[in-house]
Amino acid sequence: MNGALLIGAVVAVLAVVLVALPFIREPATADDRLAEPGDRGKRTLELSEQRDRALAALKELEFDHRTGKISNEDYRELLGGYRRRAASALRALE
Amino acid sequence: MAELGRAALIVSLGLALYAALAGFWAARNRRRRLADSAGNALLAALGATAVASAVLLSALVRHDFSFTYVASHTSTQLPLGYSISAFWGGQEGSLLLWLLVLTAYGAAAVLLNRRSAPDLVAWTVPVLGAIAAFFAFLLVAVASPFATQTAPAQGAGLNPSLQNPYMLAHPPLLYLGYVGLTVPFAFGMGALLARRTDERWLVATRRWTLFAWTALGVGQLLGAHWAYVEVGWGGYYAWDPVENAALMPWLAATAFLHSVMIQEKRGMLKVWNMLLVILAFGLSLFGTFLTRSGVVNSIHSFTQSSIGPWFLGFICVVVAASLALVFWRLPLLRSKTRLESLVSREATFLYNNLLLVAFCLTILWGVAFPILSELVKGESSTVGRPYYDFFLRTFGLPLLLLMGIGPLVAWRRASLRSLGRTFLWPAGVAVAVGVLLVALGAGSSSPGLIAYTFSAFVLGSIVLEFVRGTRAAGSITQLVSRNRRRYGGYVVHAAIVLLAIGIAGSSAYGSSSSRKLHPGQSMRVGSYSLVYRSLSHVRGPNDLEVRATMDVYHGRKLLGRVYPGKNSYFAEQQVSSEMAIRTDWLRAEDLDVITDQIDPNGTIYFKALVKPLVNFIWLAGVVFFFGSVITLWPDAREERRLASRYALPAEA
Repeated sequence: MNGALLIGAVVAVLAVVLVALPFIREPATADDRLAEPGDRGKRTLELSEQRDRALAALKELEFDHRTGKISNEDYRELLGGYRRRAASALRALE
Repeated sequence: MAELGRAALIVSLGLALYAALAGFWAARNRRRRLADSAGNALLAALGATAVASAVLLSALVRHDFSFTYVASHTSTQLPLGYSISAFWGGQEGSLLLWLLVLTAYGAAAVLLNRRSAPDLVAWTVPVLGAIAAFFAFLLVAVASPFATQTAPAQGAGLNPSLQNPYMLAHPPLLYLGYVGLTVPFAFGMGALLARRTDERWLVATRRWTLFAWTALGVGQLLGAHWAYVEVGWGGYYAWDPVENAALMPWLAATAFLHSVMIQEKRGMLKVWNMLLVILAFGLSLFGTFLTRSGVVNSIHSFTQSSIGPWFLGFICVVVAASLALVFWRLPLLRSKTRLESLVSREATFLYNNLLLVAFCLTILWGVAFPILSELVKGESSTVGRPYYDFFLRTFGLPLLLLMGIGPLVAWRRASLRSLGRTFLWPAGVAVAVGVLLVALGAGSSSPGLIAYTFSAFVLGSIVLEFVRGTRAAGSITQLVSRNRRRYGGYVVHAAIVLLAIGIAGSSAYGSSSSRKLHPGQSMRVGSYSLVYRSLSHVRGPNDLEVRATMDVYHGRKLLGRVYPGKNSYFAEQQVSSEMAIRTDWLRAEDLDVITDQIDPNGTIYFKALVKPLVNFIWLAGVVFFFGSVITLWPDAREERRLASRYALPAEA
């Protein structure tokens, strides 16, 4: 019973310490704001996703063409569009 | 010790509430330290829940009958393994397991993502905290595993059908699956609350979803095998409400895993993906509600309890709140791209999604129908096997076909000429297999014939994909390591084909026979003859085992002996049927013998079944697991790319 109480007390104390840890480590701080992307950051993120999507699509197109899933005509037609998309995302990121 | 368990659960409840409330306040007011503190509360809740779980486990192993739960689910005669599995054999223990797995998942998800996506995690923590608080509240106030009593001399024991090695793995795996679906749900809701509708939440939860989906899939197949070898009726899936309860979230998660690829590759279906995570999580809660509330009759519902209304209320709140959130954020979720062609990879994924969700909802209707009919008419009406079998054929066969079509079609659009070229071989294989099967006499079952023909088409397309891909990549190792998700996915597709072959073979081409036999008499089933020789009684560690000895003949050739019978459990005062299974690997079929009734004079009512290809179902489980491991295997290059993508905005 005493042992159980002791374990219970230790668990409760450890829990309180863990929860309070961010405040124990930094009792006073000038910057307590949560890091988050601003409008510019969100736009960068969107463009990065667009760029990655276009590059992945180019890779996929290449692979599908090599494995015969896409005809030469379709490949040539799609390739230009994908390249333009990737280039435009890359330009915007710069 | 019970006091320690109770105290640990109260601490866990307090911490979960803190994570929910302080986390919400911190995220809303963008307070970094408080958000970290709320995340730490989830870690601490894991610790407190682990202490409570250790207390219960210790009581179960020590057979401490002063714990009401231990006395109700174990006895001194129960072997150690089953004393441990009694942890999840009853309602209170399984709710504790839910909380333990949930806090473990939550803590791990917070630890792995809070540096790279602090704003997303800040909103995810209160969602996880609120869900954990609900389960902790149930354990503290409604269904405590730490209720005590004056210890009786002996416990009631464990339900005999749960005394099976599969019960050591099947329920925990299902719980890993059910609870694992909380993570994508919490991150999805966190992303909506944080107004982050980019793909960060998908990246954070991709592996969690795959892991939960794998656990749910393997858990269900283990459960099917348990039903086959233990429940003693000769089947493996009975469309039981609780079995369906595990299948529905798996189907929803399968749809999500496919549609999420469209969002990643084309930036489409953002609303649909949110709805799918809500559906999958809502169904995992509904599954737990069905299993634990006793609201429907099921061989898996071992208790009637008072937690039903609490669960139902919680499900309603979760679904209503999350749908309202999606509606609120609709303007942010609109896609800028559209489907270019109805003949493209993304279109086949969309058809696959529609079929999966339609199948899932028809099962949900079948499961909910008895509850609704009782509410409306005052009497419970159930839908039977024909209802489910009809929809399995209606949605399952087209889904099977789509599994073969999808990989052969290119993204965005495909021309008829290239389609003709890629379809030639798989379609040729399918037609050849269909003709061969008809010639061999398999045309007696149209659904069976269609299933096998489609299976041949899918296997043909998978083989073709691997062959062409290997040629293009240089080697199969390079091919798979460069795109683990795609080729691991194909291995999973092969597993589904094996599953379809097993289900079609055992249900469409099986045979059965029932007869009352005296010792010395015989019966026939399929191409087998069975001769009942004698009856024996053996005392086991906690039961009396009665076994019939039967000789199995094929023509005049003696193949061997089987020993079907029944076990009478002393402490539990229950009888279980112990089916005998004889596997013929050459014919790829099982002969199952069941003793329906054993008379005192030694006369037995036997039931014998021949299940062709049933072992393909278990083989499917192994292949499914292998394919899932390939898809789950970390890809360092991909992770570096994603890390650099999401590091950018923080620095910008």
